[in-house]
Amino acid sequence: MTSGAGSRVVTPVVTLAMVTFLVAAAAAVQKERELRYPPPASADDSLYITSGPVVSRLAVGYKALVADLYWIRAIQYYGGTKLKLSDPAAAANAGAAPGAANDGAPYSMLYPMLDLTTTLDPRFNIAYRFGAIFLAEAVPGGAGRPDLAIDLLDKGLRERPDRWEYMQDIGFVHYWWRHDYQAASEWFTRASEVAGAPWWLKSLAANTLTEGGDRRSSRLMWESIRASAEIEWLRNDAERRLIQLQALDEIDTLQRAVDRAIAAGATSLDWPSIVRTGVIPGIPVDPSGTPYEIAPDRRVSMSAKSSLFPLPTEPHPLQPTP
Amino acid sequence: MRAIGVIALNVFRESVRDKVLYNLVFFAILLMGASYLIGQLTAGQDVKIIKDLGLAATSIFGLFIAVFIGIGLVSKEVERRSIYSLLSKPIERHQLVIGKYAGLILTLAVNLSIMAIALYTVLAYMAWMAGPGAEAAWDAPALDPALLKAVGLTFVELAIVTAIALFFSTFSTPMLSAALTLGFFLAGRFSTDLRNFNEVVESSVASWLARLLYWVLPNLGPYDVRSQVVHGLPVPAGYLVITTFYGALYIAALLVGAVAVFSRRDFK
Repeated sequence: MTSGAGSRVVTPVVTLAMVTFLVAAAAAVQKERELRYPPPASADDSLYITSGPVVSRLAVGYKALVADLYWIRAIQYYGGTKLKLSDPAAAANAGAAPGAANDGAPYSMLYPMLDLTTTLDPRFNIAYRFGAIFLAEAVPGGAGRPDLAIDLLDKGLRERPDRWEYMQDIGFVHYWWRHDYQAASEWFTRASEVAGAPWWLKSLAANTLTEGGDRRSSRLMWESIRASAEIEWLRNDAERRLIQLQALDEIDTLQRAVDRAIAAGATSLDWPSIVRTGVIPGIPVDPSGTPYEIAPDRRVSMSAKSSLFPLPTEPHPLQPTP
Repeated sequence: MRAIGVIALNVFRESVRDKVLYNLVFFAILLMGASYLIGQLTAGQDVKIIKDLGLAATSIFGLFIAVFIGIGLVSKEVERRSIYSLLSKPIERHQLVIGKYAGLILTLAVNLSIMAIALYTVLAYMAWMAGPGAEAAWDAPALDPALLKAVGLTFVELAIVTAIALFFSTFSTPMLSAALTLGFFLAGRFSTDLRNFNEVVESSVASWLARLLYWVLPNLGPYDVRSQVVHGLPVPAGYLVITTFYGALYIAALLVGAVAVFSRRDFK
């Protein structure tokens, strides 16, 4: 760089210093502007284009890459919404229901995002399985839309009719969220007939039909999900469900102990009084280490402070046929 | 033949002088940065996404090189008036055109080879970081040699695009050549729509015209096997051969056209 007739050369060091100074000054001005005119907390979640075929065309042959972008968005959207829903203060500040984008329902964009992802890359295996778990799961953990979860898995099956995992997932949605043991058993049977499917799907199908809603069956179901999960998110979710089932077992045991203590003359409904009757050795804690609670109606329950809260609503056990 | 080799080598040297290979640095930074960030964002899909990103970036970077250097191959010589000194030498016009083309193809080959090595290096690192058991979530091994099939067909596709750019470069301005080349590239990517045009229009003339364009325009869709190799689907050797053969024929047609146009140009 030269300056006029003097041909004074500006050294690279001076140039670098000038650029650094100017960029730092711009950053300072930006900071000042943000102090005076705070930017919105976060951009609204929105999908400008919801048509898979249109996005496919716009991708000009780079569909897999665009599918990856939608996948990343879906993961971020799910994680962000879950975080907001778990923080009541943030939810209140947000005004409307957090995570609600289009029609007011939480996670309302999760299905369109996963649908776009799988339209752009129909073999995006994990998107179908992720959808199966988190579209079906009840709010606040998921969208509470088992119908959409099944739609997405059906779409996956149309692309890959040999994926027994999708059939297992459809069976799982019928079992756990719709409590339709007949349909669940049919899907598990169908999955077991696919070449390469694990042997235990057959016993799962039989078990579902005879003992649907039984906690042992539920445990078997979540164990099978955990075994076939390809990614940590799904594995962790199944692991958490299994721990919750363990907590439900513990609550049943504790309930019996509390009932015995009351029958034995315990006057006060708190853990120290129950412990003094000798029916339990100490104050019981759930698998996360948080003490269980006793409600005024004498029901043992999980504390809302526990990381395992809320416990799932279990499927209704099958009634014995007369 | 020797003259063509010398011209080709000069085009390659010139592209190196023009800092074209700098794009490799961007490519490497993009992949390394992405491999770090994507691990945090993709819930176990990092290897798939790095493959998608690496293969797409290879194609996009290559496309930019093919178009923006291809359009200047001949027209730049004319603009700089260096064409006069070139043509005064004992070389034929067709040697000049083919030599220029070969030089850019050499540049692309070097670029794509280095990009492929960078992609495999990043994937090897990710596979090593992922540890045992992570393969369960992968449709294909991280260091799947089949990725080279996608890179190979991308190279052939770029060779066609380069031939298109060179063809336009022989008689048009760089700006117009770039627009036409990109237009042909897009038409080539969407040529399947032309094939099925009769399904959306009733006019038989329109559908006949669309069908004619389908056969005349370069069909670039079959060169995209990226998704198949990433998902571990087979890409038969026969498919690679016939697709490459189609590309070779189309390139030959374009080069013949380019030589014909350039041979008739009057530079007086």
